[in-house]
Amino acid sequence: MIVFLIKRLANAAFVMLVVALMAFMIFRFVGDPVQLMVNEQTTQAERDELRERLGLNQSMPMQYLHFVTNAVQGDFGISYRNQQEVMSLIAERFPATIELVLMATIISLVVGVPLGVITAIHRGKWYSESLQFLSIIGVSLPSFVIGIMLILVFSVMFNILPAFGRGDVVNIGWWTTGLLTRSGRAALILPSIALSFYQITLVMRLVRAEMLEVLRSDFIKFARARGVPAWRVHYSHALRNCLMPVVTMTAMNIGSLIAFALITETVFQWPGMGLLFIQAVTFVDIPVMAAYLCIVSFIFVALNTLVDITYALIDPRLRNAKA
Amino acid sequence: MTVNLSPPSLLTRIRQSDLWYSFTRQRSAVFAAILLAVLIISAFTAPLYAPQNPFDPAQLELWNAEIPPIWLEGGQWPYLLGTDTQGRDILSAILYGSRISILIGIASVVFALLIGIGSGLAAGYYGGFVENALMRVGDILLSIPTILIAILVSAIVRELLPVNLRDMGAAGVLVLAIVLSGWVQYARTVRAQTAVERRKEYVQAAQLLKVPARRIMFSHILPNTLTPILVAATLNFGMAILTEATLSFLGIGMPPSQPSLGTLIRLGNQFLFSGMWWIVLFPVLQLCLLVVSVNLLGDWLRDALNPKLR
Repeated sequence: MIVFLIKRLANAAFVMLVVALMAFMIFRFVGDPVQLMVNEQTTQAERDELRERLGLNQSMPMQYLHFVTNAVQGDFGISYRNQQEVMSLIAERFPATIELVLMATIISLVVGVPLGVITAIHRGKWYSESLQFLSIIGVSLPSFVIGIMLILVFSVMFNILPAFGRGDVVNIGWWTTGLLTRSGRAALILPSIALSFYQITLVMRLVRAEMLEVLRSDFIKFARARGVPAWRVHYSHALRNCLMPVVTMTAMNIGSLIAFALITETVFQWPGMGLLFIQAVTFVDIPVMAAYLCIVSFIFVALNTLVDITYALIDPRLRNAKA
Repeated sequence: MTVNLSPPSLLTRIRQSDLWYSFTRQRSAVFAAILLAVLIISAFTAPLYAPQNPFDPAQLELWNAEIPPIWLEGGQWPYLLGTDTQGRDILSAILYGSRISILIGIASVVFALLIGIGSGLAAGYYGGFVENALMRVGDILLSIPTILIAILVSAIVRELLPVNLRDMGAAGVLVLAIVLSGWVQYARTVRAQTAVERRKEYVQAAQLLKVPARRIMFSHILPNTLTPILVAATLNFGMAILTEATLSFLGIGMPPSQPSLGTLIRLGNQFLFSGMWWIVLFPVLQLCLLVVSVNLLGDWLRDALNPKLR
C-alpha cells in the first residue's frame, strides 16, 4: 500500500512539474517579461535592474527552479495589466467559481440520478427513449449556447432572472458568498443550470447503464421473489449499488467543471477565475494565464490522485494493478 | 441461361452489408445522415445562391442593417433571416460560417488521426521506450482539461504570429489547437489495439517472411484497429466543431472578417438585449443542428459496430 501511495504521489508530482514547466515556458518565451512590465519612460538602468530582480539573467534551469519554488508558495508574480499580485487576484475570484461549480454539481446529481433511474427501469417506454434521445442533444449543445438560450428566455423574454454578475455578496472572512442574499441566489440560478447541463446528461447515462447492469443481478431477482415492493427494489436495493461510480465521476469531473466554468462565466459575466483568465488571454497577461493553468491542473490532478488512492484503500486488488 | 460470376459491384456490396442494414433500420441515423448531407451541401454550394458574400465588405450596406426576418413586420426580400447591425445577411453568414466550421472540423480530425495513428502504431508495435514516452506525454495532456489546452495553444500561437498574419492564420491556429488537445485519444486507442494484434499469428507470420515493419504496421495491423477509430473520429468531428465554436465565441478563434458560427454567435450575443434576437438565434440553431446530426450518427455507429450489441 505504501509503495502504491508513493508511486501514485510521485506520478502526480511529475505531472505537476511538467505543467509548471509549460507555464514557465509560456511566461518566459511569449513576449519579453521586462518589455511588458515597463513603460517608455523607464531608463535602461531601471530595465537592467528589473531584469536582475526578476532573475532573468540566471541560467534557464535556475529560473525554472525559482519559478517552481515561488509557485509552490503561491507566488506567481505581478499581473502585467493591473500591477496586482496574481495570487491575490485569483484568490479574490476563487469563491465565485467554486460556488458556481458546486451548485452545478448538486443540480446535476439531483436531476441526473432520478432521470437515469427512470430511463433504466422504464426501458423501452416512449418517455424513457425520448429522454435518451434528448441526452444526445444535451451532449451536442455547447455550454455557451445553453447560457445564451437561458438568458434569451428568462432574462430577455420574461425578465425574471438576472443575466449577468453575481448580485450582492457577503464577506465571511476572506470568502465571499452570494448564497446569503436574495439577489446573490437569483444570480446563481441561470449560470449553474447552464454549467450543469452537460453534467446532467453524463450522470443520467452513467446511472442508466449501471442500473441496467445491477437490475440483472441475483440479489435483485431474490428481492423481487421475496415480494419486496418494486419502488424499494429500485430505489433502495438497486440504486445504492450504482452510486459508487457516480460519486467517482462527480469527484473527477469537478476539475473539468472548473475549466468549463470559464465559458459559462464569460456568457454570464460571472466574476470568477475563468472570467479573469479569459480577460488575461485577451490582454496577453501572461502571469495570470500561467497561474490559472497551474491552479486548475493542480485541482484536476489532486482530485484524480485522491480518487485513485481512495479506490486502492477500498479495493486491495487495485494496489498492484498499475502505477 | 448465363450465370453472372463477376464479383458484386461496390454499390451492391454496400447494400448487402450488415452496416447498411442496421443503418436503414435506425430511424434517427437515417434522419441524422440526411440532415448532415443537407447542411454540408447547402454550406458548400452557398456561393451559387446566397444573396451576398458576407466576407466581402464591399457588399455590406449599412442601410440594410437591422432588418428583421422576412415573416416579421419590416422584413425584406432577399434577407430571409434578417440582417445584423453591419448589414450582413444572416442566412448567407450562417451558410458561409458553417463552411468554415465544417472545414476546420474535418482538418482537425484528419490531422489528429494522422498523428494519433502514426504514434499509436509505433508505440504499440515497438513497445519499450517509444511506448513509455507516448504514454507519459498522454498522461500529462490528459491531466489538463482539453478546453484549457485548446485555449492556451490558440492564444499563445496567435501571440507569436506577426500581427498582419493573425487573421489569415486564424483557421490554421484553430486546427493546431484542436489537434494538440485531441490526438492523444486516438494514439491511446491505436496503441492498445496494436499491442494486442502484434502477438497474433498473422503478424508473426509476416515477421518471419521479413515483411518490412512499416508494411506490417500499416497494411496488416492498421485495418484491424480501424473500427474503434472510426467511431472516435465521428464523435470527435462533432467535438472539434464545438471546440472551434467555443474558441471563436471566446474571441480567440476566427476573426469577425471571416466569421465561423462561433464568431457569429459572439457578435450576436452583444445584441441579446436589444430585441434583435435573430442575430444570435439562427447561428445558434445552425450550430446545434450540425453537431446534433454528427453526434446522432456517431452514436448509431458506436452501437452498430459494437459486437456485443449484435
